Amino acid sequence: MDDSDLHLLLTIRHFELALLRLFEQGRIDGTTHTCLGQEYVPVALRPLLTDDDYVFSNHRGHGHYLARFEDPAALLAEIMGRSGGVCQGVGGSQHLHQGRYFSSGVQGESLPVAVGAALSLKHAGSSGLALAYIGDGTFGEGAVYEALNMARLWDAPLAVVVENNHIAQTTPTDRHLAGSISGRAAAFGIAYHGTGSQDLSAIRADLEPLLRRVRDHGEPLVVEFDTVRVGPHSKGDDTREPAQLQAARDRDWHTAYERSYPDQFAAADASARGAVDAAVAEVGAREPSDWRVAC
Amino acid sequence: MLRTERVVDNLNGALHALFADDPRLFLLGEDVLDPYGGAFKVTAGLSTKYPDRVLSTPISESGIVGVANGLALTGNRAIVEIMFGDFAALCFDQILNVSAKSVSMYGRRLDVPLVVRCPMGGNRGYGPTHSQSLQKHFIGIPDLLLHELSPLHDSLTVLRRVLDGGRPCMFFENKPVYGERALAPGAIDDLFGYRFADEDRNWARVAAEGGAGTVLLITTGGMVSRALEAARTLLLEDEIDVTVMVPSQLYPFLPQPLLTEVARAEHVLVAEESTSGGTWGSEVALRLGEVCWDRLKHPVGTIHSRDSIIPAARHLERQVVVQAQDIVDGIRGRVAACTS
Repeated sequence: MDDSDLHLLLTIRHFELALLRLFEQGRIDGTTHTCLGQEYVPVALRPLLTDDDYVFSNHRGHGHYLARFEDPAALLAEIMGRSGGVCQGVGGSQHLHQGRYFSSGVQGESLPVAVGAALSLKHAGSSGLALAYIGDGTFGEGAVYEALNMARLWDAPLAVVVENNHIAQTTPTDRHLAGSISGRAAAFGIAYHGTGSQDLSAIRADLEPLLRRVRDHGEPLVVEFDTVRVGPHSKGDDTREPAQLQAARDRDWHTAYERSYPDQFAAADASARGAVDAAVAEVGAREPSDWRVAC
Repeated sequence: MLRTERVVDNLNGALHALFADDPRLFLLGEDVLDPYGGAFKVTAGLSTKYPDRVLSTPISESGIVGVANGLALTGNRAIVEIMFGDFAALCFDQILNVSAKSVSMYGRRLDVPLVVRCPMGGNRGYGPTHSQSLQKHFIGIPDLLLHELSPLHDSLTVLRRVLDGGRPCMFFENKPVYGERALAPGAIDDLFGYRFADEDRNWARVAAEGGAGTVLLITTGGMVSRALEAARTLLLEDEIDVTVMVPSQLYPFLPQPLLTEVARAEHVLVAEESTSGGTWGSEVALRLGEVCWDRLKHPVGTIHSRDSIIPAARHLERQVVVQAQDIVDGIRGRVAACTS
């Protein structure tokens, strides 16, 4: 992959690792849901999205945000409650809005909202689409099905990106999901594409024509990434057995790429680590964020 | 001055005017297309004139409000019709966690021009899941406005102001009000007339000509006909003079125009169709206690429907849902208790 993709991937990786350290140090409150192991999904999608597109993210959204805006200091300030945060420290980790990007901490509720955004684009004659990220666990929410039904009925340019990491907090997929995600898309007559690839070029080549159909014909699409969550659900709540954790690590794009391209990796890793460390030092020294209740 | 149109026609006309004015206004709801035009005909004619902006939806209340949120957050305006307001329980998450919170949870003010219309209330024999008044469950959510349809308020004025204000709004519509006559300021009948008590035309004040205003009755748009029937009975049979004050905006509660009335009244009561417990009426009582404790001669009284589900059979329903006679009895009881 090219250096800019690798730098972004590693920036997200170091950003998430820095958050876990900051929590341990008691410098961040609340919770955080890192995307360790899943960084490649939004990075793969990055060049396929345009400024007209809306992105709806979820609780595990730092990677989605950074792939869209590449401003780790603003996100870190938001999460640390320092000045210059994306949302003045009000939204925190899970409630981000900038431009055409929205996230929320309630599972599933963004899908009908994304249908509304998609209809807005369609009504305005735009070729934009609305892309919503959800996880496998979110398929337990009824809002998902109401949204899929309306999206297909009304030809809304909606792309649902499912990051299936095979575990919903602590509950494995085979204990929360009957049938399959592809079967559920089929039930609504919605196009489906599943991939286990972590190769950015291959993913982009597959998805480019599919997303073009969403734009050109207003046909909704479900894309399922068979992916892996290397870290805990939030901070330190991983209940998986050591063998399961090892299996997850064995599928981590990070390990594989480091082994295959050690020189390129080492240079990019040092650069991304340095940038994140500098951001932590700089943002950590900022004043607390300022926000007044609007009347 | 009397207007000849019914409230449902006033509301329907308001929607037509809003659609004519704004090419980015959408309406979503179940069975809203012509020729049906919605279960209560409020949306009649809209889908014929604006087929690309009136969306007849699946039975998916949560999803519909979600789609409306998406439209509102991306530069449009949206009105949602919940066929029976009881079903607003199904979209509570979207209203609480998306509509209302999006205004401020991103650290800057976002406009969410959304109205969720909820036909509410009993006295129609629809039974336990189609007759409730759920206003109280939406009180106290930051940035969520609550309004109620009323024969005393022009719907276009209210809806335009709400949509222009950019905060999401629940618009409660007591079903029997649809068929009532819309009223304009002036004389209502041989005894009562009304005027607005504030420049915003939010608080309608209905009183007998030259009345002393012994009792101040604060109530909602859906209760107006019952409140006026009770006021007439009390004036003619008991010589108790009742002033009725009705806001369009239930929440946030705007007490200022009431202060003079509270000072003049011997008794202040709130009547609402909801069951008691954590209600609009108790919010009104609390707020009046806070802002004009020194002017209240007695605690604010409340009149509610019985603490019960709502039966389907009309004679049973009338025992539960607050009627004009319940208001008469409540006020008589209060006056008697304080004069004996």
